[in-house]
Amino acid sequence: MAGKFSQFGNDLYSGKRSFDIIGHRRRWYLIACGLVVFSLALLLARGLNLGIEFRGGSEFTVSGASTTASEPAQEALNSVDANQVARVSVVGGNSVRVQTEALGADDTEAMRDALAVAYGVDATQVTSSFVGPSWGQDVTAKALQGLVIFLVIVTVVMALYFRTWSMAIAALVALLHDLVVTVGLYAGVGFEVTPASVIGFLTILGYSLYDTVVVFDKVRENTAHVLDQSRVTYAEASNLAVNQTIVRSINTSVVGILPVASILFVGAFLLGAGTLRDIALSLFIGMIVSTLSSIFLASPLETTFRLRRPAYREHTAKVLARRAASADADVTITSDDVRSEADRVTALLPGGHQGQAAQPKRKKR
Amino acid sequence: MARRSTIARPLYVLALLLVAIYGAVGIGVATGSSGVGKASFTPALALDLEGGTQLILTPRTTTGEDITSDDVNQAIAIIRQRVDGSGVAEAEITSQGGQNIVVAIPGEVDDTTVDLITQSAQMRMRAVLIESGPGTIDPAALEASEDPTADPSADATAEAGTDATAEAGTDATADATEEPTATPTYTQDQIDEAAFTAADADGDGVLSNTPATTPTDASDQAWVTEQVTYDYLRLDCTLPENRIGGIDDDVDAPLVTCSQDGTSKYVLGPAELTGQDLSSAQMGYKQSSTGMQTNQPIVQLTFTDEGATKFATVTTRLSAQTTPPANQFAIVLDGLVISAPTVNEPIPNGMAEISGPTTNPFTRAEATSLANQLNFGALPLTFEVQSQEQISATLGTEQLQRGMLAGAIGLILVVAYSFLQYRGLGIVTVASLVIAAALTYGVILVLSWTQGYRLSLPGVTGLIVAIGITADSFIVYFERIRDEVREGRSLSAAVEHGWTRARRTILASDAVNFIAAIVLYLLAVGGVRGFAFTLGLTTIIDLVVVMLFTHPLMRLLIKTRFFGGGHKWSGLDPVSLGASVAAYAGRGRVRTPVERKAAVANADTRTIAQRKADAERAAREAAAADATSTVAGTTASDPDATAADQGATSAGTEPATAPPTEPSTKAPGVVPVPSATDEPEGGSR
Repeated sequence: MAGKFSQFGNDLYSGKRSFDIIGHRRRWYLIACGLVVFSLALLLARGLNLGIEFRGGSEFTVSGASTTASEPAQEALNSVDANQVARVSVVGGNSVRVQTEALGADDTEAMRDALAVAYGVDATQVTSSFVGPSWGQDVTAKALQGLVIFLVIVTVVMALYFRTWSMAIAALVALLHDLVVTVGLYAGVGFEVTPASVIGFLTILGYSLYDTVVVFDKVRENTAHVLDQSRVTYAEASNLAVNQTIVRSINTSVVGILPVASILFVGAFLLGAGTLRDIALSLFIGMIVSTLSSIFLASPLETTFRLRRPAYREHTAKVLARRAASADADVTITSDDVRSEADRVTALLPGGHQGQAAQPKRKKR
Repeated sequence: MARRSTIARPLYVLALLLVAIYGAVGIGVATGSSGVGKASFTPALALDLEGGTQLILTPRTTTGEDITSDDVNQAIAIIRQRVDGSGVAEAEITSQGGQNIVVAIPGEVDDTTVDLITQSAQMRMRAVLIESGPGTIDPAALEASEDPTADPSADATAEAGTDATAEAGTDATADATEEPTATPTYTQDQIDEAAFTAADADGDGVLSNTPATTPTDASDQAWVTEQVTYDYLRLDCTLPENRIGGIDDDVDAPLVTCSQDGTSKYVLGPAELTGQDLSSAQMGYKQSSTGMQTNQPIVQLTFTDEGATKFATVTTRLSAQTTPPANQFAIVLDGLVISAPTVNEPIPNGMAEISGPTTNPFTRAEATSLANQLNFGALPLTFEVQSQEQISATLGTEQLQRGMLAGAIGLILVVAYSFLQYRGLGIVTVASLVIAAALTYGVILVLSWTQGYRLSLPGVTGLIVAIGITADSFIVYFERIRDEVREGRSLSAAVEHGWTRARRTILASDAVNFIAAIVLYLLAVGGVRGFAFTLGLTTIIDLVVVMLFTHPLMRLLIKTRFFGGGHKWSGLDPVSLGASVAAYAGRGRVRTPVERKAAVANADTRTIAQRKADAERAAREAAAADATSTVAGTTASDPDATAADQGATSAGTEPATAPPTEPSTKAPGVVPVPSATDEPEGGSR
C-alpha cells in the first residue's frame, strides 16, 4: 500500500499527476460558503448545548452506583423540588452525574441523601458541586479576548514571516472558516459545550495555522521566481505546490488525528461525558476541517488575493498569450518549471559553433 | 563531510540534558528536599485527578471600584492564612486570569471551612489596651499574672507591632513570654482553670462581660472585662488555628486577638476607624529633620477627609499617653493585627507615616508588604463564589487510567502509521517520540517539584494530543528529504538540504503553536491553563528533539549502508521515490526521459571519493583474486539495471548512452573504468 501511496506522492510531486485545485477555486469557495452557512444554520437551529459551567446550577456525582438509569435521579430530585428536570448522564463505568438548577445548601444536602438512597450507595459516595452563573461568562469573555489577541498577533507574525499580506489574510480567513465550521458541527453532534470543548476550539486556532503554514511554505518556495520566467502562471506554480504538499498534509493530519481519535474513542465509549470526550470531539472535527481548508481554501484564497495585484495579473496574461502563440495547448507543469533559474538545467536545444570570434580572447600584452 | 563526532555533538548535549534533569530529580528524591512541591518520580496530580474540592472566588468591592492584581494577591495571602490555619494540608491557592482566585483543597471539605474561606476581609483600627507575648497563661505563674494589665509594660519600648518578636525574645523574665515552651506540660483544662481564676477578679465564680465602670473612651482599661481577660489569658497565638483570621469582629466591642505572624497577642479597644476611612497607603522613604530624604523605608498613609478627622481625635488622645501600649493603636486586618505602631504626636492632616522600630527598621520589602495590606484593607472586599466543585477521587483515577489508555492507543497507532509510510524511518520517529516523552516527563517532574505544578486532566489530554503534533515535525522533515531525493540529490545531500528547508517550516509552525499556547495560558481560566501549559511545553520540547536528536540521528543513519544505500525498506529508496536525474548529461548532451529513468534505476549514491576508494579496493581484490574470473557476473548482478537497460533499448535510444555497466559496489572482479566519476548520477550534484 505504501508503495502505491509513495508512487502517488511521486507523481504529485513531479507534476505527472495533478489535481487542478487552484483552477477550480470558485467551486471550493462555494463549498466553503455552503459549509459555513450550514454550520451557522446548525448553530441557530440546534443551539449550543451549554454545559453547567455556562448555565450555572448544582451538580451531583454518584460513584459506584448500583444502576446507571436516570429514573432514580429524577425521583430523588422530585422529592426535593418537583418542578425541576434532572439532566442525568453516565460518567465512567458506573458513575452517574446529575445536574439540576441551582439548589440551596439545605436542598443540596437533601438531594445528596436522596441520591445516595436512590442509587444504593453511601452518602459519602455522592459529591456535589455548585457553579455560579457568571463563571461561564468569564470563561467565554476570556476565550473571546484570547481569540482576538491571538488573531492579531498571528496575522502580524505570518505577514512578517511570509513577507506578504495576502498569505496572512488567506490563512486568517481559512482559520475563521475552520472555527465556525467546527463549532457548528460540534453543535450538530449535540455534545455539551464545557470549558474543555472551548479549549479544543482554541487549540484548533494553532492547528489550522500549522497546516496552512506548511502548505504556504511550499507555495512561497515555488513562486519565489515566478515573475522572472514566462512558462508558468502564478496560479499554476501555486497549484503545483499544493499538489506537492498533499501527501505531507495527509500524513501530518493522520498522525495528528490518530491520538485525538483514540481519546475520542476512549472518552465516548468507555468514559461517557467529561473533559476527555469534549476536548477530543472538538479537536477531531477541527483537525479534519483545518487540513481540508489548508488545501482547498487557504491556497486558492491566497492566489485570488495575489492576482489582485497588477504585476501578477499582467504576468498571467503574458504567459497565457505566449502559450497561445506557440499553439502548445496541452501543458503539464512539472517541478522543473518552478525551480529557480540557477537550479534549472535548460539546455534543451543543442548549440552550434559560432566561430572563433565568439571565443574569449587572450589579452594582448 | 563532517566528522562523526561533530555530528554526534548535539546528541551528547541532549544526553547531558536528560541526565541533568533526572539526576536533579533523583538527588531531590534521595535527599527528600522539597521546593514548592516535593521531589518525586511521579508528578503531582491536580484535583480533577486526585479528588478534592475546588472553589473559584471572585473578589468584588461593594463600591464597584477596580481591583488591582496587588489586591488579588493580598486576598490570596489572606485566604492562605485562613486555610493554613484551619489545618487543611496542601491547599493550593492561585490567581487565575488576574481576577479569580482558585482554592484547591485535596479531600473533603466541610461547610465551615468553605464559609471561612469565602468571608469578606475587613480592616479596622483599634486602640491597644494590652499587649504581650503569644503564649497562654502559665498556671504555675498564676500569681504573677493575676494582674495581667501590668505585664505588657515589659514591652515598653515597642514602637510597632512588628517588632514584638524582638521585644518578647529579650524579655525572658516576663511571665507571659515564657509560656510557649511551658505550655505543652499543661492540659487545656489546667490552663482554662488558671485563666479563670486569674480573670475572675471579684471572685464570684462568674465571668461578667460588662465593664466595671462605663468606659470614657476607646482606650479605657474598663473595656477589659473578666470575660475579655479570660479569653485573653487562654489565647495561645503560637498555634496556627488561632491565627485563622476571618473573624467578623464587632466594631463596638473590645477584641482579643493575635498578631498575624503569631509573635504577640492583644486586647484591643472598640474600632475607631475602618478600612473605608483610609484612602491609600504606599511605601516611601523617611525624611530627616532637615527635610532630606533618607534611605529608611516607611509606609505613608493618606486618610479620607472623614478618616482624617477621626484619626486626629485618636492620635491626640493616644499621643497624650506616655506608657506603651496605651499610646499604640493596632491595625487589624481580617481579625488579626498586622501592625501596632506607637503614636508620637497628634496627626491632624490625615497624612501619617509608619516607620519601623528604631532598633529593627523596616526593610523595603516589609514596608511594601504592609502598604499592600493597608491598601487591600481600604477596599470593602467581598468574595463571590463562582463555583464550588467536589471531585471524587475514584472518578479522577478512572479518568487518568482511561486517559493513559487513550494515550497508549494513540501512540501505537502513530508508530504503526509511520512504519507503514516511512518504513525504516519509522525507527527514527519512535526514537524521537521516546526522547520527547522522556524529556517532557522529566520537565514535568522538575516543575512539580520546584514550581508546584500539578498535572490535570486537560494537561494529560494536551500531552496526548502533542504526540501527533510532535510526530508532525518529523513528517515535515522526512517529506522534505524525500522531495530532495526526488529532485535528484544524493541521500546525504538530501538530508542536509532537506533539513535547512524543513527547519524553517518547523520553526514557523512551532512558533504559531507556541503563540497560541502563550495566549491561551495568559488569559486562561479553569482547565484551559493546564492544557495550554502542556501544549506550550511540548512545542518547545518538539523543537529541542528535532534539533538535537532527530536531525543528528538522520545524519548518522545516512552513513549506514541500510539508509545511506537507499535500501528498499529504509523509506529512502531513490527508485521508489522516482528520483529524477538532471536532464543535462554534460558535454553538451541532454538525456531523454527514458535515459533519465535508467540512470535513476542505476543510481549510485556514493560520492566521487567513495567511488574512487571502492574502485581501488576492487582493483586490489581483483589483483589478489584469480585473473581468470574477471569477466564473470557483471550485468546479471543487478536485475533492475538490466530491466531498465532493456527499456531504454526498446525505446529506441542509443543503448551506449545509458550507463549499463555501472558496477554494483559488491560485484567482485571488475575494475570500473575511470569515466565512472564523470557519470552525473543522482549523487553528483
